[in-house]
Amino acid sequence: MKRRTLLFRNLTDRTMGAVAIACLLGVLAAMLWILESVGTHGAAVISWEFLTQPSRPHGVPGGGIANALLGTFLMTLCAAAMAVPAAMAGGIWLSEFAAESKTGGVLRAAANVMMGIPSIVTGLFVYAAWVVPTGHFSGFAGSLALAIIMFPVVMRTTEDMLRMVPNTQREAALALGMTRARATLTVVCRCARGGLATGVLMALARVSGETAPLLFTALWSNAWCGGFFHSPTANIPVLMTEYTTNSPYEALHAAGWGAALVMMACLLVLNITTRIYANR
Amino acid sequence: MENIKIEARNLNFYYNDHPVLFENHLQIETNKITAIIGPSGCGKSTHLRTYNRIFELYRGQRATGEVLLDGKSIFAPDVNLLELRRKVGMIFQKPTPFPMSVFENIAYPLRLHFRLSKSEIADRVEASLRQASVWEEVKDKLHAGGTALSGGQQQRLCIARAIAVEPEVLLMDEPTSAIDPVVTSQIEETVSELKKRFTIVIVTHNMQQASRLSDNTAFFYKGRIVEFGSTEQIFTNPKEKKTEDYLTGRFS
Repeated sequence: MKRRTLLFRNLTDRTMGAVAIACLLGVLAAMLWILESVGTHGAAVISWEFLTQPSRPHGVPGGGIANALLGTFLMTLCAAAMAVPAAMAGGIWLSEFAAESKTGGVLRAAANVMMGIPSIVTGLFVYAAWVVPTGHFSGFAGSLALAIIMFPVVMRTTEDMLRMVPNTQREAALALGMTRARATLTVVCRCARGGLATGVLMALARVSGETAPLLFTALWSNAWCGGFFHSPTANIPVLMTEYTTNSPYEALHAAGWGAALVMMACLLVLNITTRIYANR
Repeated sequence: MENIKIEARNLNFYYNDHPVLFENHLQIETNKITAIIGPSGCGKSTHLRTYNRIFELYRGQRATGEVLLDGKSIFAPDVNLLELRRKVGMIFQKPTPFPMSVFENIAYPLRLHFRLSKSEIADRVEASLRQASVWEEVKDKLHAGGTALSGGQQQRLCIARAIAVEPEVLLMDEPTSAIDPVVTSQIEETVSELKKRFTIVIVTHNMQQASRLSDNTAFFYKGRIVEFGSTEQIFTNPKEKKTEDYLTGRFS
C-alpha cells in the first residue's frame, strides 16, 4: 500500500490552527477597541455628582445620570418579575411534561419566532396595545416591552438546561416514591440551577441595554422615577441615544459616553457574578 | 417454591408497539436474592423496570400481563404509585446522588414518607448508612455534597437512601457495572447482608456475581425467560442448551 505523505496533513493542521488564532485575535481586538473608546471618552465625566444627581434639561449645566440608572434598574426588575416566573414555568412544562406533545411543539416554535422579532417591533406593539389606550408613556410600558423580549429567551434556556439533566436523576427521584412535580422541582431543577440562573441573568443583561422598544414606551424624562406607572421614565439606553445624537452640547456628548461606561461596568459585574455562580 | 414476594405472569412489554418481552413468567422469593442474567439487549432491565412501574416515565413504553406484589396486581388502577415505589426501591447502574448533602440525600425522601422528629431522622440516616456499609467513610462528610463522594461511595449512598424508606423489595439494575472491582466486592457483601431484611432482584452482566450472590437465577434471551431455577442448578446443571452455551461463553 502506498503511504500518503504527511507533509500536507501537517501543513493543513498548522494552517487551520493559525486561522483559528487569527479569528480569535480579531474578535479580541474588536472588543478591546470598544472598551478602549468607551473608556477614554467616558472616564473623564465619571464623578460622584454624575452618579448621584438626576439629569437636567439640555443646556442646563451639571447633573448626572442617577435617575436613568434607577429607571433602567426598575424597568429591568419589573420586566423580570413579570416574565421570569411564567417563562420558567413554561420551560419546565416544555421539558418535563410536553417534550413530545403537539402543543409543546407549537409553543416551542412560537417562542423561537418570538425571539426573532426585532425589538423595535415589540416596542411598537406595546405602544399600540398599552401606551395609546392608557394615554401616556410610562416606565411600566417599557417593562412590558422588555418582559415580552425576555419571556421566550428565558423559557427556551430553561427548557434546554432541564433537558441536559440526565434521565437517571428523574428515575431515581420517582423510584423513591416522589411525585412527578416534586421530583421536577426539588431534584431536576436543582441539578440545573446553575444553568437556570445563568439563563435569567443573561436575559437580564440583554434587555437592560435594549433601546428601541423603550423609545415607544418609557420614552425619556429628567425627573426621578416617581411616575413609573403613568409618566415617561428616565433610562440609560435612551439617555445615551439622546445625549450622543440629539444634543448640540459637548458636555452632553461626554455624559452619553460616561453613561455607556457605567452601563458596561454594571453588565460586566452581572456577567462575572453569573459565571461565579454557575461554576460553583 | 414458597413465600413468593413478586410474581410476573404473562408479562409482555412494548417500546412503541415493538415487542421486547414475551410471556415472561417469574417468581421472586421473599428474602432471597434473585439474579437476572443474559446477553445485552435481552430485556433484563426492561423486565426489572416493570416491578416499580418506572418505565411509565416514558411515552410509548407499555406492559401487558401482570406483576403481582404479595399477590396483588401492581398494574391495577387503584394502586398508589408513591406507596408502590416506597415498597419497591431501586438502585441504578450509575450512582444517582441528588444535588444535595449526603445527609439530605437520605433525609429528604425519608421525610416525604414518614413523620419523624429531627433526632429520629438523624438516627435513621446513620442506621441506613451503616447498613450500606458506608457510614465510616462518610460520617465526617454528612454535610458535604453527595456528588463529591467517590463512585463507590455514591452507589452505597444510593443503597442507603433506598433502604431508609423501609422498602420490602430492592431492585438492582447492574449496580456494580460502573464501579471498580474492590468496591464491587464491598457492595456484594453489603447486598448479601441486606437479604436478611429485603427481597432483592439484581440484574447483572457479571456471571461470577450472579453465582456468588444469588439464590435463584433467571436466564433471559431475546425477551424470553429461557430457564429459571436455583442458582446452583442453573450454573452446575442447566437444563437448556441455550443456558449452557451462554454460561460457557459460547455467545454473549
